[in-house]
Amino acid sequence: MSNKVVHALYDDDDVLLSAVKTIRSEHYHIEEVYTPFPVHGLDKALGLEETRIAIMAFIYGCIGLCVAVAMMNFIMIEDWPQNIGGKPSFSYLENMPAFVPIMFEMTVFFAAHLMVITFYLRSKLWPFKEAENPNPLTTDDKFLVEIEIHDNQKELEKLLKKSGAIELSIIEKSE
Amino acid sequence: MTYTFPNKLRNLAFTFMAIGFMGLVYGFLIAPKTVEEAKAIVTASHGEGHGSSHDSDDSTAGSHASAETHEVETHTTPSHENTHDAAHDEHVFHQLSNKPWAALYVAAFFFFMISLGTLAFYAIQRAAQAGWSPVLFRVMEGITAYLLPGGIIVIVLLALSGMHLNHLFIWMDPEVVAHDKLIAGKTGFLNTPFFLLRAFFYLSGWTLYRYFSRKFSLAQDTADDISNHKKNFRISAAFLVFYIVTESIMSWDWIMSIDPHWFSTLFGWYVFASMFVSGITTIALITIYLKSKGYLEFVNDSHIHDLGKFMFGISVFWTYLWFSQFMLIWYSNIPEEVTYFITRIEDYNLPFFGMLVMNFIFPLLILMNSDYKRVNYFIVMAGIVIILGHYMDVFNMIMPSAVGDQWFIGAAEIGGFFFFFGLFIFIVFKELTKAPLLAKGDPYMGESERFHY
Repeated sequence: MSNKVVHALYDDDDVLLSAVKTIRSEHYHIEEVYTPFPVHGLDKALGLEETRIAIMAFIYGCIGLCVAVAMMNFIMIEDWPQNIGGKPSFSYLENMPAFVPIMFEMTVFFAAHLMVITFYLRSKLWPFKEAENPNPLTTDDKFLVEIEIHDNQKELEKLLKKSGAIELSIIEKSE
Repeated sequence: MTYTFPNKLRNLAFTFMAIGFMGLVYGFLIAPKTVEEAKAIVTASHGEGHGSSHDSDDSTAGSHASAETHEVETHTTPSHENTHDAAHDEHVFHQLSNKPWAALYVAAFFFFMISLGTLAFYAIQRAAQAGWSPVLFRVMEGITAYLLPGGIIVIVLLALSGMHLNHLFIWMDPEVVAHDKLIAGKTGFLNTPFFLLRAFFYLSGWTLYRYFSRKFSLAQDTADDISNHKKNFRISAAFLVFYIVTESIMSWDWIMSIDPHWFSTLFGWYVFASMFVSGITTIALITIYLKSKGYLEFVNDSHIHDLGKFMFGISVFWTYLWFSQFMLIWYSNIPEEVTYFITRIEDYNLPFFGMLVMNFIFPLLILMNSDYKRVNYFIVMAGIVIILGHYMDVFNMIMPSAVGDQWFIGAAEIGGFFFFFGLFIFIVFKELTKAPLLAKGDPYMGESERFHY
């Protein structure tokens, strides 16, 4: 299997976007694109699958809501009922309005934190992990497209030049 | 492309108006003229189980003693009936004779509120120089055409109250004020001439903005430069300042003063959220309707998606304000404040919590998914529920103070809704025919037409 890849560097997100469209219309497979900031519409241009994190966010939120209900029911009703403002804590339902802020906050808390953790796990990120971007310029102001080469170096380089790449480099990947 | 008002829709609007008018007339005819008639109505309705719609009455009979104010008197215990005193009969008579007036007022205010909410949304688009929405400007301008006729109807109703044709605003009755220290202390603000003067002031301000904004918008279609657009931007920003102050005072005047002992500091915001979400929903519904008839070909899924986001977001915002108002008053349990919610929970249980389901839970679940906001079917379904839910919201704001526990959704309520619905459709679609549906001179039109998500 070939492990030679070409790295094409771009210096503008609009040029990158149209380049990605041209490259894909010529049926080259783009391995990865490295950008310093999220480029609007790039996921669609690359034909990436839609994210499913929204579904997970909903599920996490529901879990948070359930945890809040169970927690407040235990703390305020079962374990230590108190009479606050003439509203004795005998029933969760009757005291529910007082617990709504907690239910809301726990929903948000669970959805937000578990969503971040899920995102890190799916992106294979963890503390002290070494950065994967091949060119440090992509953390500044340049955009890099990585394409695998299968005996088509000439045409590919010509296409990339034409699409507006400012620099091309051939990299041997040691896997 | 210019819109032509199809005869079918025009006839539908007239049919609604005719049916609604008959319902209203019937509602006024069956309203009791004397105390004796009122007594007979109440006795009769008790005999047949007192209506299926308010189921809460019977279940709360045990607890109502602690929560009693002169407005929440429930008479479910049979022994009560024999001991009706004259003052109470008089009170029920006033509530029952108020009922058709209140139904008329709720519907008149609700449809007026839709066009005022739309006007605020329109002004925000203008002042923010939004790039996505110019394709919808003509739809919004069509809806705001109802502002003037709708507002005049509301003010006429207020003036009729001022002439003592009904007892919607009890502070207008000098007899009541004489015996009520709290209201007497407020007469500097709550007196009929000043009240009507304020109403006239708000409506003229809003109408003037609407008139000039529409004028500049039409002039921009054929202009060579963008001076009209700039003028529109300036008056929109000024209008928004004027609007948020007057809207707030308007909500105290026209709604909160029906219950002159009670007050809430965020009431203006609460009414604003209600009118804003109703207005945005109406924009979405009319846009989808026009699109389905082959007009507005330049409006794409992304515009509907954005309106859907606003419907979702403002529904949540409305709930936030509703809950902020409810929870603080419920928790602190101060007698003069909490009567407001006790009336609503005990006598209006179904509409009060039902509207929470319609205005919050339903749109929350239906419109949460991003893809659903691009499907017209979901927007229409959620939109109809939101519109009816906010009608219930206005109903819950006005009815408990006006008719107490003597409410039900009858001929006058449905008739009022139908009548103003028909009138609203007629005026809005008539205005849509008067100008091209694309405000083609707007400098942001290109951006708006290319808008995609």
